[in-house]
Amino acid sequence: MSNLKYRVALIGALILASVWALFPRTVIERTPRGGTFVYDTVKRVPLKLGLDLQGGMHLALEVDESKGAVANKSDALDNALRVVRNRIDEFGVSEPVVQKVGEDRIIVELPGVTDPERATALVQKSAFLQFQITDETQALDRVATRIDGIVRDRGLTARSAAASPTKTPTAGDKAVQSLFVGDSAAVAGDSAKRLATADSATPDTNTAALTGTRDGPFSRLLQPYQIPGQYLVAASDEPTMRLFLADSAVQAALPPGKVVRWGSDTVVAGGKSYRSLYVLDTRPIITGDYLVDAKPRSDPMEGTVVTFTLNNEGARRFKTETARHIQDNMAIVLDDRVMSAPVIQSSIGRDGQITMGRADVQAAQDLALVLRAGSLPVALKVAEVRQIGASLGQDSIDRGLVAGAIAIALVVLIMIGYYRLSGVLAVFALILYMLYTLAVLAGFDAVLTLPGIAGLVLTVGIAVDANVLIFERIREELDRGKTVRTAIDEGFRHALSAIVDTSVTTILTGAILYQYGTGPVRGFAVTLIAGILASMFTAIFVTRTFYLVWLSRTAAGRPLSI
Amino acid sequence: MLRILHNTSYDFIKWWRVAALTTVAFILIGFASFAVTGGVNYSIEFTGGTLMQLLFKQPPDVAVMRSTLDQAGIHGAEIQQFGSPREFTIRAQDRANVESQGRGAEGVARRIDSQLRERFGADAFTVVRSEAVGPKVGSELRRGAIIAMILSSLATLIYLALRFEWRFGLAAVLSSAHDVAVTIAFIKLMNLEVSLMVVAGILTLLGYSLNDTIIIFDRVREDLKKYRGEPFRTTLNRAINETLPRSVLTHATTLAATLALLLFAGEVIRPFAWVMAFGVVVATFSSIYVAGPLLLWIERKWPRKESAAVGAAQRAADRAGRDGRPRSPRSAAASTMPSSR
Repeated sequence: MSNLKYRVALIGALILASVWALFPRTVIERTPRGGTFVYDTVKRVPLKLGLDLQGGMHLALEVDESKGAVANKSDALDNALRVVRNRIDEFGVSEPVVQKVGEDRIIVELPGVTDPERATALVQKSAFLQFQITDETQALDRVATRIDGIVRDRGLTARSAAASPTKTPTAGDKAVQSLFVGDSAAVAGDSAKRLATADSATPDTNTAALTGTRDGPFSRLLQPYQIPGQYLVAASDEPTMRLFLADSAVQAALPPGKVVRWGSDTVVAGGKSYRSLYVLDTRPIITGDYLVDAKPRSDPMEGTVVTFTLNNEGARRFKTETARHIQDNMAIVLDDRVMSAPVIQSSIGRDGQITMGRADVQAAQDLALVLRAGSLPVALKVAEVRQIGASLGQDSIDRGLVAGAIAIALVVLIMIGYYRLSGVLAVFALILYMLYTLAVLAGFDAVLTLPGIAGLVLTVGIAVDANVLIFERIREELDRGKTVRTAIDEGFRHALSAIVDTSVTTILTGAILYQYGTGPVRGFAVTLIAGILASMFTAIFVTRTFYLVWLSRTAAGRPLSI
Repeated sequence: MLRILHNTSYDFIKWWRVAALTTVAFILIGFASFAVTGGVNYSIEFTGGTLMQLLFKQPPDVAVMRSTLDQAGIHGAEIQQFGSPREFTIRAQDRANVESQGRGAEGVARRIDSQLRERFGADAFTVVRSEAVGPKVGSELRRGAIIAMILSSLATLIYLALRFEWRFGLAAVLSSAHDVAVTIAFIKLMNLEVSLMVVAGILTLLGYSLNDTIIIFDRVREDLKKYRGEPFRTTLNRAINETLPRSVLTHATTLAATLALLLFAGEVIRPFAWVMAFGVVVATFSSIYVAGPLLLWIERKWPRKESAAVGAAQRAADRAGRDGRPRSPRSAAASTMPSSR
């Protein structure tokens, strides 16, 4: 009898452990509150839902080698991983996953993300900040004629560029705004130190003066503008210019030690919109590597700005370099785009700012975030993206629950209808089976996915198989005239090998699926394995114990209801 | 005590020709349709591509949707109603689109989104689900699925070889191969989309069908010891009959669960549920009519050494008449004598 006591005690202990594993508990996690995410204590059932059930976004990123091979991909990816993790940690998501998979891929999982575009941009943005002095030697003008020749020789015409899509120019008012506000005092100095903008000449006079002075296919498109090294290109000519600049022969002909970069804003003059093109010193006086902090700020005069702080070494370098370049223009270049190019009035130390014109506060927040997190060492491209709306997830849960409830009801009906009391025992075992399976899932921190729910529903049908096997064996033994006790013993003994064999083959399949499947399918594999383990235990051990209890409480010779 | 199919003695094996004919015909029809209508529908997980599920405020004009996408250069996108008339899936998995996704998988989805918003209004629909798989990931998943199939067959084969002797293992594996063929024919005829989940379904089905086979073989193994000298065919038939109530009950409960999934669990899981529902039928059929006769054939071709006599007896019995009536152990043993070496 003591054997029986231990059995009951073990089952009871497992029930307690399962209930404890599944009991809603207080956890500290990030939760949205008033638009931002804060760490907070939440009470919830410790069952993790997959992205397909709670909604969210799954991203697989790879090193983008379309613009040149990357030497040490694995190392580069490790560094990128750290940066992406920093960024995602600051991004408002409750339980993000950022991990390296294999040698060449980063997986980012963002549960509950509602703006996938923003999330993708945040992860992909290089955030490479550079400060470069604009060219004052008119280097481009000197090589313009040669480039004209190259363009003619290579047959690069405006027509071939017309096929590529034209970028829609931004609204005029924004451009004007950035023209008069954006360039002024773009870098705020330490306290009193200020930077003033270059004298603003109106675009009209400038363009009028220059029209007709150049006639080459390349130089025709360029009009020198306010700042030394700054040119205007009509927005309609932008694709042509991009095509010219992308040509390898043109690139080779560009002045040495200089780079050509597009500006971020659009200038509207005389009803026409223009894009800025800057010629800059290749060597940056400083990069964003020295940046320690960045904050968004909204200013009625300057629009949206991001202020940043450099570390000691950065501040020292910045100070010496700016001291050397007083009265020069310093372009603030983010991801190869010139954000602004103010004149350096006096040497600058620790603090600076990036003017974003009329960009919304969110964009400034995101820029500050990526600057703080550091720049990506390599460009990343999206290899795979899955995004599931929260409503679809909830719908899947609801439907899964309905299907599960119906499946259980039908199975209960069949089992009790056919096996009577023994069927009732099997149903109790089935309930314990569900409990144990969920507890195992919670205990191993497994993720419940929609295929996982399907697997659970399916295993409800399959789980009773072990019981059916045993019951049929017991019936056979009873038919042979054995006593109830012996029949039960024999039944369990004979059914055991078949139960073990079938379970092992299913577990093997599940393990292989787990190894080779993606997120949702892994969820299926996990529930399948957990389900089979639980079903083996409940059928062999729990049902047997139920019988033993029944035997110990009924008079010998009473027929078994099976 | 409620009992179904108790103490039966049907001669299942007698019908093996009919069964073989049926299943071969089904497989042939399925595979012939490959020649006529092309291969199975692979999901974007395997081909690479973009899938978007959109929920519109008003039922949209599908022709307008199509022309809008065509104008945007997204050709050959497949637009399908998904559940309600306001909900649609758009699939772009032709080669050009997939290749363009090599540069960044999100591009096509972004274009579809912006083009449709331009045409139907900025808040005419919400994106319920959006999946974009680049060509590289697609080929990796394809390879993964194939490896999973092969490994899982190998693992079961090895396990069966360890637990049973090789004859049983071979019969079970051949029967599993049959299950795969039949299921592929079924998927083709039903025009189900083959996703990773459906592959998982096929593997689960294989496991489930194998369960049935194992349970019958387990009984055969047991009965071989119990009724020594009996023709193998009789033992096999007996084992199938003995396990019949279990088979019926288990299939009933599994079918109940599968039907619940099929009818109530929604569109996303439906292809998987179809495969599993078919699996219940396949498991019943193949464990009795494929694995059984195969085992019989293997036993005849390579008789056991210690029971060579039994094999000979069986051949003699089969020559004597194919009525398939179960013989008593004694008569089988008696007929063994003259032909034994």
